[in-house]
Parts: sequence; structure tokens; C-alpha cells
Amino acid sequence: MEYISLFVKSIFVDNMIFAYFLGMCSYLAVSKNVKTATGLGVAVIFVLLVTLPINYMLNEYLLKPGALGWLGEKYASVDLSFLSFIVFIAVIAAIVQIVEMVVEKFAPALYSSLGIFLPLIAVNCAILGGSLFMQERDYANLGEATVFALGSGIGWFLAIVALAAIREKMEYSKVPAPLRGLGITFITVGLMGIAFMTFMGIQL
Amino acid sequence: MKDNLKEVLLKPIFKGNPITVLVLGICSSLAVTVQLKGALVMALSVIIVTGLSSLVVSMLRNSIPNRIRIIVQLVVVALMVILVDQVLKAYAYSISKTLSVYIGLIITNCIVMGRIEAYALGNKPIPSLLDGLANGAGYGIILVVVAFFRELLGSGSLFGYQVIPQSFYEAGYMNNGLMILPPMALVLLGCIVWIQRSIQKDLQEK
Repeated sequence: MEYISLFVKSIFVDNMIFAYFLGMCSYLAVSKNVKTATGLGVAVIFVLLVTLPINYMLNEYLLKPGALGWLGEKYASVDLSFLSFIVFIAVIAAIVQIVEMVVEKFAPALYSSLGIFLPLIAVNCAILGGSLFMQERDYANLGEATVFALGSGIGWFLAIVALAAIREKMEYSKVPAPLRGLGITFITVGLMGIAFMTFMGIQL
Repeated sequence: MKDNLKEVLLKPIFKGNPITVLVLGICSSLAVTVQLKGALVMALSVIIVTGLSSLVVSMLRNSIPNRIRIIVQLVVVALMVILVDQVLKAYAYSISKTLSVYIGLIITNCIVMGRIEAYALGNKPIPSLLDGLANGAGYGIILVVVAFFRELLGSGSLFGYQVIPQSFYEAGYMNNGLMILPPMALVLLGCIVWIQRSIQKDLQEK
């Protein structure tokens, strides 16, 4: 039950885009049509799902204050948490690289549809943000961290597909010239964010 | 040469602003604009990180192998961010708590990587430092402007001090609670883009 609650919460209430503005750059750049948006969204879910559990383990057994306790009494007081940024980003960059190679080798069809997005994802704030939130909120076990990764990935996916659909329709509407493109997109995302706020406070 | 440096320094602040023109680095930033104080600290941190990492990468530019440059850049940026984060934790703990993960997210802020890729890799250290500082400043200005309006209209205060007099509230004035919600930052940003593009017609799309 707790897992379901966490899952729904990370999709809707703590939506990466609308509540925390994470991954905005690629969100705005790649949301011009639904097809590419879907590709990027799937790639984000996938990479979050792979990197977050790994970073969780690293945090739990390497970085957290007292995490090195399994090496023996002497190391129990070591606090390496100041290294977490560098470790997390290195893990993410490495995983993205590996995923790219594996996908290219074994699933060329998937690669050609995700291809250009995978390298972009290494610098997508939603991925690093996921790991940092995981560290800050201190999830109890690996299961929770994985559910959180899946939920926030799906939330991001929904958000980008929805925005892409709206932008496709907006092509046909008369927007004042200075607002066209970037300006109206910002305002649309803002309004979508307000709409998403209706989910706030939902408890399962 | 002197004019050139001035151009490097001034262009990113208005004409080529990283947020409103290049659409870089919107991520990690807008959630910190509820209070002017947080926005100012965030802006300073970004200025320091962009400036210093551009400087370091530019000094290393001839010895970085092209194939692994992204990783090298990420490591340099992460190093700078760790320094900023540790300093904030030591000297401004409460602010560092409110900014929570957003300081860490400066690493993936596209402005930092974007300027390194586009400028620092091909230019001398001093212009790169200025370019980094100026782009950080261009970003910071937008952040501070958004925060100014959000704090003024949302809480009636600036830097935590009440600026809207009590008599206004007694006469029926109310704070706009909508401004405190995160999505309003985007709407305000949309308005800033609108104003800027009405002035600079050449930026308009289609």
C-alpha cells in the first residue's frame, strides 16, 4: 500500500516538471511534436529506473554518514556525503554511455528511435534531481527508491507528452507575435502546473 | 581587444540572455524564486560556478582529449559546485537548507555546460572567465526579477522585510497567494520574454 501511495505521489503530486521544474531545458526544446516527445519521455523513464537504484546503493553503502560501517568499526564515523554530487553525476554519465552502447548493439530499432536523446539525458536535471531527492528524502529501502524512480519518470513522460500535444494544437491559434514560441510555451506550462496542483494533498 | 571584452561581458546580460533568448538553464532555478534572498544566493552561486568552471576548462582546453571532454567538463563543474555547496553549508546553513537540491543541480544547469562547450573550449582563459561570469549574471538577473515580483506580490515583503504598509491590509488589500505557487514563476518568465521580444523585434519567431 505504501508503494502505491508513493507511486501516485511521485507521478502527480511531486511531479518533476510542475512541482520542481526539473529537466526544463529538454522539456521545452523537445516538445514540438508528440512523437519525439514520447521518445524522450521513454528514455527518461528508462534512465531514471536504472540510475536511481544504483545511486541509492552507493549512497547507502558508501556516501552516507556512517555508511562505511560494513568495513569495520574504524570506518563507521567516515562521512563522504560531500562527494555525492560528483559520484552521482559520474554514475549517470557512465550509465547513459553504457545504456547507449547496449541499446545500439542489441536493439537497433529502439536505438534509432531513442538515439539522439540518450546523450542529452546525461545532463537532464530530472535524472540528477531524482538522485538528489532520493538522498535528501532518505528512502527506507531499495524498493521505495525504485518505485520513486518509476513514478517520477512516468510523471515526466506524461508532462512532456501533454505539452507536446498542446503545442501541436497551438500551431493553429493566433498568438501575439512577441509571445510566439518561447513565451507562450512558458505560460502554457505555468497553467498546466496550476492544473496539476489540484492533485496536491491526495493521500491513498 | 578592449571593446571586444566589453561586448563579451555585456551581451549575455540583455541581448543574448541565456534564459530568455537561448532557453538554457531554466531547470533547477525557478523553484528558488519565491524569496528574493534565496534567488540572490542562487544567482551568486551560478555566477561563481559558470565563471570558475569556464576559466578552468579554458586553461585545460589544449590538454583535454576531445572524446572524453564531456566527462572532464562534468567533473570540473561538479568540483566547483561542491565548493560552493560546502561554503554555503558552512556560512549560510539556513539558506542552504531552503535551496536544498537546487545547488547540486547547478551541475546539470545547461548554461554552465553550454558556455563551456560554446566558448571556453575555444578561447583564452580571461575572456572565458568574463563570458562565464556575464552569462551567470544574465541568468541571475532574470532570477532576481522573477523573485522580486513573486515576493512583493505574494508575501508583500522584500528580503523578508514587510514593504506593503499595514494600513493597506486594513483597507482590504490582500497578498496574491497564487504568486507563491511554483507555476507562477513560469507565467512571469513568459511575461518577461513577452516584454523583451516586444522591444527587440528581431527575436520574434516566425
